[in-house]
Amino acid sequence: MGGLQIPMEHVLTLAGLLFSCGLLGLMLRRNIIFMLMSLEVMLNAAALAFVAAGAKWGQADGQIIFLLILSVAAAEVAVGLGLVLQIQRRFKTLDMDQARRLRG
Amino acid sequence: MASIWLIPFFPLASAVLLLLSTGRMPRQFAALLGAGSVGLAAVCVALLARAFLADQEVREVTLWTWMTVGNFTPRIAFYIDGLTVVMMSVITGVGFLIHLYSIEFMWEDESICRYFAYMNLFVAAMLLLVMADNLLLLYLGWEGVGLCSYLLVGFWYRDPNNGKAARKAFVVTRIGDTAMALGLMLLFTELGTLDIQPLLAAANSQWQTGDTLPILATALLLGGAVGKSAQLPLHTWLPDAMAGPTPVSALIHAATMVTAGVYLIARTFGLFLLAPPTQEAVAWIGLLTLLLAAFAALAQHDIKRILAYSTISQIGYMFLALGVSAFASGIFHLVTHAFFKALLFLAAGTVIHCLHHEHNIFRMGGLRTRLPVVFWSFLIGSAALAALPFTSGFYSKDAILLSAWEVPGIGPWLWAGGLLGALLTGIYSFRLVFIVFFGEAHHEPERQPGWKMALPLVLLCALALAGGLLVLPLAGVFPHTGHHQPNHLVEYISIGTPLLGLLIAYLLFLGRQVSIDTLVESPGGSALRDFWLGGWRIDPLYDALWVRPYTALAHWWRKEPLDGVYNGVVTVVQWAHHKLIATQTGELRWYATTMVFGLVLLVAIMLRNAA
Repeated sequence: MGGLQIPMEHVLTLAGLLFSCGLLGLMLRRNIIFMLMSLEVMLNAAALAFVAAGAKWGQADGQIIFLLILSVAAAEVAVGLGLVLQIQRRFKTLDMDQARRLRG
Repeated sequence: MASIWLIPFFPLASAVLLLLSTGRMPRQFAALLGAGSVGLAAVCVALLARAFLADQEVREVTLWTWMTVGNFTPRIAFYIDGLTVVMMSVITGVGFLIHLYSIEFMWEDESICRYFAYMNLFVAAMLLLVMADNLLLLYLGWEGVGLCSYLLVGFWYRDPNNGKAARKAFVVTRIGDTAMALGLMLLFTELGTLDIQPLLAAANSQWQTGDTLPILATALLLGGAVGKSAQLPLHTWLPDAMAGPTPVSALIHAATMVTAGVYLIARTFGLFLLAPPTQEAVAWIGLLTLLLAAFAALAQHDIKRILAYSTISQIGYMFLALGVSAFASGIFHLVTHAFFKALLFLAAGTVIHCLHHEHNIFRMGGLRTRLPVVFWSFLIGSAALAALPFTSGFYSKDAILLSAWEVPGIGPWLWAGGLLGALLTGIYSFRLVFIVFFGEAHHEPERQPGWKMALPLVLLCALALAGGLLVLPLAGVFPHTGHHQPNHLVEYISIGTPLLGLLIAYLLFLGRQVSIDTLVESPGGSALRDFWLGGWRIDPLYDALWVRPYTALAHWWRKEPLDGVYNGVVTVVQWAHHKLIATQTGELRWYATTMVFGLVLLVAIMLRNAA
């Protein structure tokens, strides 16, 4: 260890803030691309918390989970972007309030 | 011969291929596959029969163990003895001729693929039935042939009447099948095995002749046999089953499947010998059926229905033979009947084919010169059916009647009944010949049968004539009955009766010395004719006795109170569904937001509980 130590609380606060930003973006934005980006922000916030916790306890688990989240995010983006393309083709818009044909 | 499994495999594989092609196979190929696979099986059976005749050795082949449940381990295994070889030869030999005939008969049908698929499946199932070494495998084949019968009776499914006939055939035989299944369960719980030979041995050592258990078990098996072989009281399905294509009637409803009941009783004859009351019942059922069906055949005017009733009647003779312990004679009659009845059905099919689907014999006539091949086939078939001297039917039916005569006590009664049946057989079979082929023509045939139709007819003619000379290898299968102090008077009467029938038919229908019309037009006569035309009105009777009460009960029971509980559950679920459907807005953001608030709520609750 050594060097500049960032206090745990700061990191967790940052993670919480990022997560809230993502959540708000998910709930408020209408454009599907921005919703996807918000999801990414939330995933990364969670990953940040894991890394911080791993550093705090000196365990490798945090970093392993980070890698896992990274790959999940990559997979999610691949599927998500494919869906975005399809939505653009079908509805000629990315506004999710317009694309509501699944209404029961 | 280790390749015995190939015999049922060929038709089965062909059926699977034809079914998988879903009708897109070219018809040349479908016909080649359909008839060729049965032909290959017939060749294999011929090789097997030659080997068997050479060494007379029973062959047992085990393929694998079907399942293991506790001490119940039925195997997929074949047991080949003389009886099996005889049955297999009939199934594949006559079956191949009928398949060959079918190629021409069904050529213009769009569903020829489906037709051959079902026919091949039938041959495979029937082979399984006769080759099975245990009763469960036999039951599999038994149900398989029932299914194929259903599918083929309803082959031209666009006519709802055909579907009705198919359902009737299925449901009525099902009643017998249920009895048979119960019989199998009883045998297994009592004797601990379903393998036929160990079963018979166990029955012999555990049961005394006349015990209740063998009587019950054989009665249940008899139920299955009666259903499948269209005997009283479950015979009503067979005349309606004529709705199927005529080669189907020849193969399934004359030569093979309907004789499965005879085979079953002959196969388990050891059990029936332990139950004299059941065996006597077999004889009486056979006698009653053969008389009833013969009378009904007298009044029919549909060519196929006449043949159907005559089939019921001839199987009655086989049951009579089984009932008087003349097992070998019964099987002999089964074989000769397969020859001449297949011949008659195929000839009738040719008439129907050449007269553009005409079934009514009174609209035929004068076909003797117009369809000579068919005329000679029909004449030979009818002669064998009526058991005129030196045809195949003569030898087999004569043997049955003689055996019946020799039974102490009831014997002469059975013999007299069988004799009356023989007289009636002579009358109705030659009535058919005289009306269809003599007299003046009402229709000109629009085509002549080709070689694929003529060849099976000619071959079957030869078999129907000379089949009586066959010596079936049944000596090792059935106990030898101490034969026969020849009673010449009885023999002469047996020979003379069919000739008398032929004479009566001639006087009534060809020479017209005795006017049949005045007889029929008298009030009693017409009532009797209608009564026999309707098959002794047994269908309406069953309708009133069983079908209508059952449907009424079903209708009434539809609104039973217990259902209310389940219907209530359904109503609640449906109501909740309609309420909850409102949350399904299709808006993604709404879903995300509700999820978030739901999660927050859950976390809050968990934190509260943890605190």
